[in-house]
Amino acid sequence: MPTTDKPNLPILQLVGVRKTFGDFVAVETLDLDVMEGEFLTIVGPSGSGKTTLLRMLAGMEAPSAGDISLRGVRINEMPPEKRPTCMVFQSLALFPHKSVGENIEFPLKMRGVPAKARKARALELMGVVRLPESYYAKNVMKCSGGERQRVALARALAYDPDVLFFDEPLSAIDYKLKKVLEKELKDLHRETGKTFVYITHSLEEAMVMSDRIGVMRSGRLVQVGTPEEIYAKPVDRFVSEFMGEVNVIAVERAAGVEDWTGVDVPGRFTLAPCQEIADAATAYVVVRPEYLRVLGEGAGADNALEGVIYNEYALGSRIQYQVRVGEKVMLVELSRAQALHAAPGQRVRLGWDARDAIAVRN
Amino acid sequence: MVSLSVSDRATDTATKPAGAPRLPFRLSPGARAALPLLGLLAVGFLAPLLAILAFSFAPPRSFAVLRAFSLANYAELFSLSNTVWLSFLWSIGFALATVVLLALIAYPIAFGLTFVFGRWSGLVSVLFVFPLFVSENVRLYGWVLFFIKNGVLDGSLKALGFSGGPQVLYTSGMILAGMVYTYLPFMLFPMTLGLAMVPRDLIDAARDLGAGRWQIWREVEVPLAMPGILIGTLLTFVLAIGAVAEAKILGGQSVIVISHDIEIAFTYSQNWPLGSALAVLVTLFIGTLTLLALQRLDLDRLLGRR
Repeated sequence: MPTTDKPNLPILQLVGVRKTFGDFVAVETLDLDVMEGEFLTIVGPSGSGKTTLLRMLAGMEAPSAGDISLRGVRINEMPPEKRPTCMVFQSLALFPHKSVGENIEFPLKMRGVPAKARKARALELMGVVRLPESYYAKNVMKCSGGERQRVALARALAYDPDVLFFDEPLSAIDYKLKKVLEKELKDLHRETGKTFVYITHSLEEAMVMSDRIGVMRSGRLVQVGTPEEIYAKPVDRFVSEFMGEVNVIAVERAAGVEDWTGVDVPGRFTLAPCQEIADAATAYVVVRPEYLRVLGEGAGADNALEGVIYNEYALGSRIQYQVRVGEKVMLVELSRAQALHAAPGQRVRLGWDARDAIAVRN
Repeated sequence: MVSLSVSDRATDTATKPAGAPRLPFRLSPGARAALPLLGLLAVGFLAPLLAILAFSFAPPRSFAVLRAFSLANYAELFSLSNTVWLSFLWSIGFALATVVLLALIAYPIAFGLTFVFGRWSGLVSVLFVFPLFVSENVRLYGWVLFFIKNGVLDGSLKALGFSGGPQVLYTSGMILAGMVYTYLPFMLFPMTLGLAMVPRDLIDAARDLGAGRWQIWREVEVPLAMPGILIGTLLTFVLAIGAVAEAKILGGQSVIVISHDIEIAFTYSQNWPLGSALAVLVTLFIGTLTLLALQRLDLDRLLGRR
């Protein structure tokens, strides 16, 4: 695996980078190292500044403050055509008046590579991205969505960049094809050994592909870590909710270190002690639907709640229940084998252990 | 009369009971809606053309339309002693030079309007449209007043103690300048439309893939803006080849262009059949060129349908 051969050095470094458009702060001061050969995904809702961040890395926007360096050399003012980086656009930005082959050969043509060598390289790259050779002369606008993705990818690879940027290229692709392309992209990352920086609003997409994930929210880089870290140890409520459907309970500190009182649901809760909330007066408890159990007669857990079932959804291999606890709706996910066979309106007791919940600061 | 027949039809369809006698053919709603325009075109466009065509086959210097058939007018135009081809060459020459100059002048402005001027684009566009509100002849006479001996320029310079302004009036260069000035909007706006259709992303992508400014222009900008550029070229060429006012007013008849020849035949020499034959030839020439150009032009893409 090429990724392991490389020394763990940053290829791109952002120090104190900030970007404003007039009064609007698109990206708030942030530091970020992109490591050589890694697959880094920046994830965040629309308007979180992730695209602006990417455009600064690609050289299409200059930072308002701070420095961007490439292998230690400051590149703030270096224009995109001079950077060893290449972007796959959200719109793909394929040239509609050029054939598949001409699109892929574009960066080579710009460099003055002779036609014959260009064609050979284009055909080779079409193999890499799994496009049939017969597509070489095909009008790029007559290709399907997935085929266009591959053309755009091959064109970016033809530039032979050290870093490839992706600006949500899969957002307009249907779910099934998206899953296929995500895995292909991950394979391609491993095969090429290049650094990939990917932008998406879908954390699911980020989890599948990335070595590391950065979560952005309103211009701030909230958390950077491996998918495992982001999943298991979100730094705040936003990150945890961004990870998918979760139950979030607001709590106040009661007596001891591990003893908290519910704010939006009644009850006393035990939280595993952790750094983030060591001296906080209020916090959130995040419990994933799959960690909530339905407690039978006599069964116990560290924490328990009483509620009423009011909805049931089949999610393929799992079943999700909505359980009303006071004013709050909790989500419980059970495997089909554990299905409750309970009618809406039936009372249930939910429970979870302290170690299965995450405490995040307010 | 037209309005009467329209209201008749309206009441007809409204009051006609089912089973009333129907027309032997049915028109689609689109065809019916196009009927007034079709009528206008037939009366205002097709009929004069047909009249000209008929006149061109009448005996020279007569008004005997459709009463006698003669090819004498065409024979005269093609006779070796006739110098009308000179006027034709002047017109083509002026038209070509106008189109080339306009393309060179309008492209940077169109580029500015699309990519650079931002919120000032509207104002700049209005400034370019504004002269169209004044009649072309009035504007050209304005130029004459400005450049004429002892006119605005010459007179002012003399009053200031200089030896006087340049005598550019009544030269072919002045005619060309007048044509470029008159037809600028007709090149500028189609070109701007063409450039506006070049997605910003594609230019960004081309840059990102290593293309320099010149390469972007050649590989992306011009090919994608081509429909607009072609329409502008076609429009200005057709207008310029039929132009007459610039040569008459700014050129002071130092050069006779083809439209001027036609005008002379119809007015001064009262030879309608000859003028008609000339008009037919010019129309055929321009029509053929236009059709050839339109064949290469993808209007669907221009209108964003593809």
